[in-house]
Amino acid sequence: MSEPLLSVEELQVRFQTYAGRVHAVNGMTFEVGRGEFFGLVGESGCGKSVTGLAILGMIPRGGAVASGRIRFHGEDLLTKSDAQMRAIRGRHIAMIFQDPAATLNPVFTIGSQIVRVIRQHTSISPEEARRRALETLDAVALPDPPRIFRAYPHELSGGMQQRVMIAMALSCGAELLIADEPTTALDVTIQAQILGLLAEIRRRQGVSILLITHNLGVVAETCDRVAVAYAGRVVEVGRVEDVLFRPVHPYTQGLLAALPRAGQAKESLLSIPGSVPDGLALPSGCAFHPRCASAVELCRSGEPALTVVGPDGHRVACHLFRREGAA
Amino acid sequence: MERPAEASVAATPTLRVGPQRFRELGLMLQAFRRDPLAIASLVVIAVFVFGAIFAPVLTPYPRQGLGDPNILEKFRPPSLAHPLGTDNLGRDVLARILFGGRTSLSIGFLVVLIAVAIGAPLGAIAGYYGGWVDDVVMRVTDVFLAFPSLLLAMAIAGALGASFVHAMIAIALTWWPWYTRLVRAQTVSLRERYFIEAARSIGVRSPTIIVRHVLPNVFTPVLVQATMDLGSAILTGAAISFIGLGVRPPTAEWGTMISTGRIYFIERPWLAGSAGAAIFLVTLAFNLLGDAVRDAVDPRTRRAAE
Amino acid sequence: MSATAARGAGPDRGMPLATAAPLLEVKELSVHFAIRGGLAPWRRRYVRAVDGVDLTIGRRETLGVVGESGCGKTTLGRAILRLIEPTGGQVLLEGQDILRLSGSELRAMRRHMQIVFQNPYSSFDPRFTVLNAVAEPLRTHTRLRGEALRERVVAVLEQCGMPGDMLYRYPHEFSGGQLQRIAIARALALNPKLLVLDEPTSALDVSVQAQIINLLLRLQRELELTYLFISHDLSVVQHTSDRIAVMYLGKIVELSETAALFSGGARHPYTRALLASAPMLDPELRRERIVLQGGVPDPANPPPGCAFHPRCPGAEEACAQAAPALIDIGGGHLVACHRIGG
Ligand SMILES: Nc1ncnc2c1ncn2[C@@H]1O[C@H](COP(=O)(O)OP(=O)(O)OP(=O)(O)O)[C@@H](O)[C@H]1O
Ligand SMILES: Nc1ncnc2c1ncn2[C@@H]1O[C@H](COP(=O)(O)OP(=O)(O)OP(=O)(O)O)[C@@H](O)[C@H]1O
Ligand SMILES: [Mg+2]
Ligand SMILES: [Mg+2]
Repeated sequence: MSEPLLSVEELQVRFQTYAGRVHAVNGMTFEVGRGEFFGLVGESGCGKSVTGLAILGMIPRGGAVASGRIRFHGEDLLTKSDAQMRAIRGRHIAMIFQDPAATLNPVFTIGSQIVRVIRQHTSISPEEARRRALETLDAVALPDPPRIFRAYPHELSGGMQQRVMIAMALSCGAELLIADEPTTALDVTIQAQILGLLAEIRRRQGVSILLITHNLGVVAETCDRVAVAYAGRVVEVGRVEDVLFRPVHPYTQGLLAALPRAGQAKESLLSIPGSVPDGLALPSGCAFHPRCASAVELCRSGEPALTVVGPDGHRVACHLFRREGAA
Repeated sequence: MERPAEASVAATPTLRVGPQRFRELGLMLQAFRRDPLAIASLVVIAVFVFGAIFAPVLTPYPRQGLGDPNILEKFRPPSLAHPLGTDNLGRDVLARILFGGRTSLSIGFLVVLIAVAIGAPLGAIAGYYGGWVDDVVMRVTDVFLAFPSLLLAMAIAGALGASFVHAMIAIALTWWPWYTRLVRAQTVSLRERYFIEAARSIGVRSPTIIVRHVLPNVFTPVLVQATMDLGSAILTGAAISFIGLGVRPPTAEWGTMISTGRIYFIERPWLAGSAGAAIFLVTLAFNLLGDAVRDAVDPRTRRAAE
Repeated sequence: MSATAARGAGPDRGMPLATAAPLLEVKELSVHFAIRGGLAPWRRRYVRAVDGVDLTIGRRETLGVVGESGCGKTTLGRAILRLIEPTGGQVLLEGQDILRLSGSELRAMRRHMQIVFQNPYSSFDPRFTVLNAVAEPLRTHTRLRGEALRERVVAVLEQCGMPGDMLYRYPHEFSGGQLQRIAIARALALNPKLLVLDEPTSALDVSVQAQIINLLLRLQRELELTYLFISHDLSVVQHTSDRIAVMYLGKIVELSETAALFSGGARHPYTRALLASAPMLDPELRRERIVLQGGVPDPANPPPGCAFHPRCPGAEEACAQAAPALIDIGGGHLVACHRIGG
């Protein structure tokens, strides 16, 4: 593989809160290649959104990157100034969120909002910007772009609003699109439309997409590669075929076994006991060990590092596996 | 908000066995103690309440405090015998302030109590039942809110005669709708949460649900509002008495004292001045206390204070 | 496909309708909400959240209800329990019409039918301990008090997999999965016959969801419960339900045995699109995408005729004229589509 477009290395993010220090991200490591559709999956609170925000340099107040690196085109984004990050946001990296209604300004028309974004990042005339806005609205398959251009956000359905968000992200020619649960608030039939659209713009425009989701089915259907996060750390990463169909980490295996599937006998869902730990009091060693059926003493004491276990960069962070692999 | 607290307990299940509420209360008191304004306002209020309760013991002139004139000593300036001087009838002003505190503070407390007692249940009923009940209750509150309390006091005094009780009724009548609105809004947002519906699905009667689940959960905002309102209620009571529609002489009351004192204000400022200062201090203290209670109760502002 | 294995192994599972009188019969149930607003606020408009729904649920059966957001699933569940007053229709629990009961009769009836909500965090009064929360139905309907009450609470909590030593803790001290167990315990405290489950796992983490589903299935077997299982997640209803009703804009468009529906027997074009849209993990199971055009219509302003026709790939002229009736196309498989049957 050539140099990846984005690489996140051992990223750690902490939040200082009243209740104590929250370890939101604890050594996130993954790469997104050029034109790649990459999935970041994990359960609620495992640090997916915070990672996405960290890449854009938009960590909410109270939080800060404690260590690690985020490289984009080989340059470390964490060393950039605020002004430099503002220039990169939107121009090179764009983000869309779960709730488009909360991101669009209700008092401006869709068109004026897209035009403003375009003109913020490029020095083109208003007419030119308007033409480009209409083009991108067309590119995300919205019916009747001139009408949408004049419409206000509340006049559009949730699915259409999400298309507008995607159009806005594309309008400046971003190379990386970070989509944080873009379909979670939408119905399955609409979700299918939006995922299809993302796949198509990736194909047509060569944009890299970092899709943040908790839905393994969505990942299986859309992504090339996937990273599974647990308690702020990537526990398994690799091609979708490897991670989802030949999972190695006990957590990935458990997660997949917990999904109801066709042909499964009742009461036979394998559930992972206990619940997801929270960043205030992370277990020592491997964060998954209290819920892991095959945990050994080592899991309690040492944090496992990501090690290659298979072809095409299939890597996993698990002591058990390393021991077996070494033996 | 919810997630960190709940999940951390899941990770360490044995740590917090006792009722969480005591911990909450502890945190609240801690935050409160750290707030100097809160402490100061509490002290001011305590002094006035103490003075009002023990007025007969604290002053050497309890008869004057109750209203007996002492014409021979009228308009004495402040001195050791009369720290705040004497008034136009020769009564010790400090004694009048202490006894006046009894009237003014009880107007404040009673008005707020009546307003909460009427307003909160009505608000809970309107918010809980919704529909036409809500419409009716809210229209009624609108009507009452449209009356300025002074105007209503004039009407009541005109119809029934000026008195302490009538002044209180007049103020309370214009005050309860604020609590109705507050509690209604809180109740409507509670209804969005499933536990009210869970109680209904269990078969609990609606009045029981209101008493058991709704009112306890709106207690905190009502308490904050009531604390803030105490000052304003005292102020309004004083205003009504000031224009002669409330407490009648010889009963001591701060508003009446200002009203009498203002005629002599240029030469003898201690008359109106000390009553004015009392009203000002108490009103301010209740307001600051209300702020402090709200900040202490709300975990978000509590965190900011950290 | 081995989907038949997913069906339970109860003795009368295959033919609950034919053998016994159903536990619950819903006839022509409608719930219309009056809404104001829009350009003419004085004109009353109605959302037909539930519009003439018929269904039956046999004893110990699970009927799954699926459909997209706003199609009326929750409203249907609440109307069946009469937590909202339906506009019309009948809800017969063991032959007794719940909609005709007086206030006190209804309250007494409530012990036989309970509900578990989607959001466990808001299902509990923050000021109630676990003991008080689970004891509330018992205090309301029985004379149990004191130690006997406590024992019953502990018993039902343990049945739901919660240790009995957390009686004096408050809701915010628990995780979502634990709270959902407590919510199920509260619903089961009175030994109800019917349990309405309104998306009981959709607020939970994937790894916890399976715990709750397993618990519900075990309880159903042990306590002979009947479930109305509402969900928007097809794989969850597929796993839990004997039969599935698919709703679109307040109406049932298809109702069939689970196995038949998932093994290619789905007939209604909406059901097919729904099945095809659900993201599937296994590539072998992935069907050809049927991507529907447009979004779900405004329920206050539904299209004329068959409400699905503007998005339907095979719509004909007749579809815009009249709403199709739900008809039996054989073996209890009901479909409402002009192009099928009739
Ligand atoms: N502003 C903040 N202040 C304090 N803690 C925060 C803040 N934002 C996030 N966290 C904490 O960081 C952790 C990771 O949060 P994040 O939002 O990244 O989770 P997520 O994986 O996106 O989950 P979800 O699937 O629920 O969106 C959580 O434990 C969360 O409580
Ligand atoms: N109290 C109400 N007043 C007015 N309209 C309502 C009310 N409750 C529900 N509705 C409307 O009825 C329709 C059905 O709502 P319902 O909550 O039953 O949908 P649902 O299928 O449960 O959706 P979801 O999957 O989002 O939970 C929606 O259009 C909703 O806006
Ligand atoms: Mg998130
Ligand atoms: Mg619902």
